[in-house]
Amino acid sequence: MEEILRGRVHKYGDNVDTDSIIPGRFLKEMDPKKLAEHAMEGIDPNFVKKVKPGDFVVAGRNFGCGSSREHAPIALRYAGIKAVLAKSFARIFYRNAIDGGHLIPIEIDDSVYDKLSDGDEIEVDVSKGIIRNLTKNEVYNIRPIPELVMKIIKAGGIFMFRYEQ
Amino acid sequence: MGMTVTEKILARASGKRTVSPGDVVFANVDKVMMHDVGGPGVWAVFQDLKPIIGEVEKIWDPDKVWMTEDHFVPPIDKQSAENIKILEDFAKKYGIRKYFRYGLGQYGVCHTLSYEEALVLPGEVYVGTDSHTNTAGVVGAFAAGLGHTDIAYVLVHGKTWFRVPETLLFKVDGELQPYSTAKDLSLAIISEIGTDGANYKAMQFSGSAIKAMDVDERATLTNMSTEAGAKNAIIEPDERLLQYLRSRTNSQLTPVYGDEDAEFFEVYDIDARTIEPLVAKPYSPGNVSSARELSDVEVDRVYIGSCTGGKITDLRMAASILKGRKVKVRTEIVPATQKTYMQALKEGLIEIFLQSGALVGAPTCGLCFGGHMGVLRKGEVCISTTNRNFPGRMGDRESKTYLASPLTAAAAAVTGRITDPRDLGG
Repeated sequence: MEEILRGRVHKYGDNVDTDSIIPGRFLKEMDPKKLAEHAMEGIDPNFVKKVKPGDFVVAGRNFGCGSSREHAPIALRYAGIKAVLAKSFARIFYRNAIDGGHLIPIEIDDSVYDKLSDGDEIEVDVSKGIIRNLTKNEVYNIRPIPELVMKIIKAGGIFMFRYEQ
Repeated sequence: MGMTVTEKILARASGKRTVSPGDVVFANVDKVMMHDVGGPGVWAVFQDLKPIIGEVEKIWDPDKVWMTEDHFVPPIDKQSAENIKILEDFAKKYGIRKYFRYGLGQYGVCHTLSYEEALVLPGEVYVGTDSHTNTAGVVGAFAAGLGHTDIAYVLVHGKTWFRVPETLLFKVDGELQPYSTAKDLSLAIISEIGTDGANYKAMQFSGSAIKAMDVDERATLTNMSTEAGAKNAIIEPDERLLQYLRSRTNSQLTPVYGDEDAEFFEVYDIDARTIEPLVAKPYSPGNVSSARELSDVEVDRVYIGSCTGGKITDLRMAASILKGRKVKVRTEIVPATQKTYMQALKEGLIEIFLQSGALVGAPTCGLCFGGHMGVLRKGEVCISTTNRNFPGRMGDRESKTYLASPLTAAAAAVTGRITDPRDLGG
């Protein structure tokens, strides 16, 4: 796991569902790169054109609600997203992101969400638990990542976690 | 302090005397389900992990795993046909015998099969590659949806981690009024607590209104819990449920019940008599109005089907409205499983549907998620008995889906607009 992530913010609202992250008709697709071509298509058809490797999705409450499709974190991962910063995550998306080793789901307070603007360049130091907003020259805290979750993230996914025991 | 039924099941499965909400446990899993979307995903995980864990020669217990073909069946294109082949090869390689295949007898939507075939039993820990796996909590099991990496891990190790959820108890007393259904009750609850109101939590249902429901109607409640974000939903087994299972399996049933002094995170007392026909408007299952308030909304399509609304009880409800009437807008009706289809045929429901002008299709999840059959075009408006109506869920992102009970959906089929079934008249 990279300790310090750096990229730009792509900001969305509450209840971004997995149909919006990757529409159901693509669930038969087995190639992750093809899934990535349609990432966020349901909510932001321009997402794939503007996203750059290392960028962040910032969202409100209940990010990734709906279907259990692991295609959602996979599509974001292969589109270049390393972490999603949200007020809260729907439980299956949260697990999939961690156990599949796809990306880091990071919980943030409402006030941090409010301070992050679309296009801001930020640096996230996962171990220290801080976000540096390079555009606005501000520093925020992330909510602590639970111990088990941190271990699985550092291992690179649930299978690797098991095998490092 | 006592434990809820969910806590008791997780304590037993993780070899602990007690657990409390917030504890993280590694629980032994009793049953696993994969379908034609999740199964190929699991297969892909096994391929990707070869450099790390080597070839997966065998899985932990093939007799505890079952599979069905439901999402893209019959296949819609070459890729979905290839995915069915992956599932077939997977079953063969790992010796999975409980495998429900289209065109080969009983098959259909996984969640309906989970209890219709008594594949999941009271007190078990059950996980599947689908968010509505919660449905099987109707038999008093701990049932939760997972992604395909998590399921792959369970197939290898027979266990997975859970944070023990707090339980929200919904005590529903009084009688549901005529034309009010479990779907209306579900929408009322989601409207009250929100689409993340039960995130990471268990939803438990009890009370005289629940006892009065048949197993299909109860399964609508556990199914729709996913739309409130629940980790699992559960109803403690009663004699009606146990008899239902006994008529389907010879396995010994060992139901688990919560302690008298179990602690709930929150208790909601609901008077079933106050529940009226409801509709969730685009684009959220929590965006709820009464059907009457929406009587000026014209619809282009009606869909009656899926794990939420294609069970035999749902088809009976739809037929009670459509009998002797003609549909005014395109109406598609899809029984959830082959057995459901046959039962509907025996009861004369299929003839009622066909006489009304509706189309009856083969069991598939397809329409519900815009994957297969009946895909909505831009701007098209559908009223559906399914469980979610996010942007683009059933097709174009500018299509609109209204969620309702089979009675309310069938009433709309007759009038061409959203209609409270109580107002349909003779």
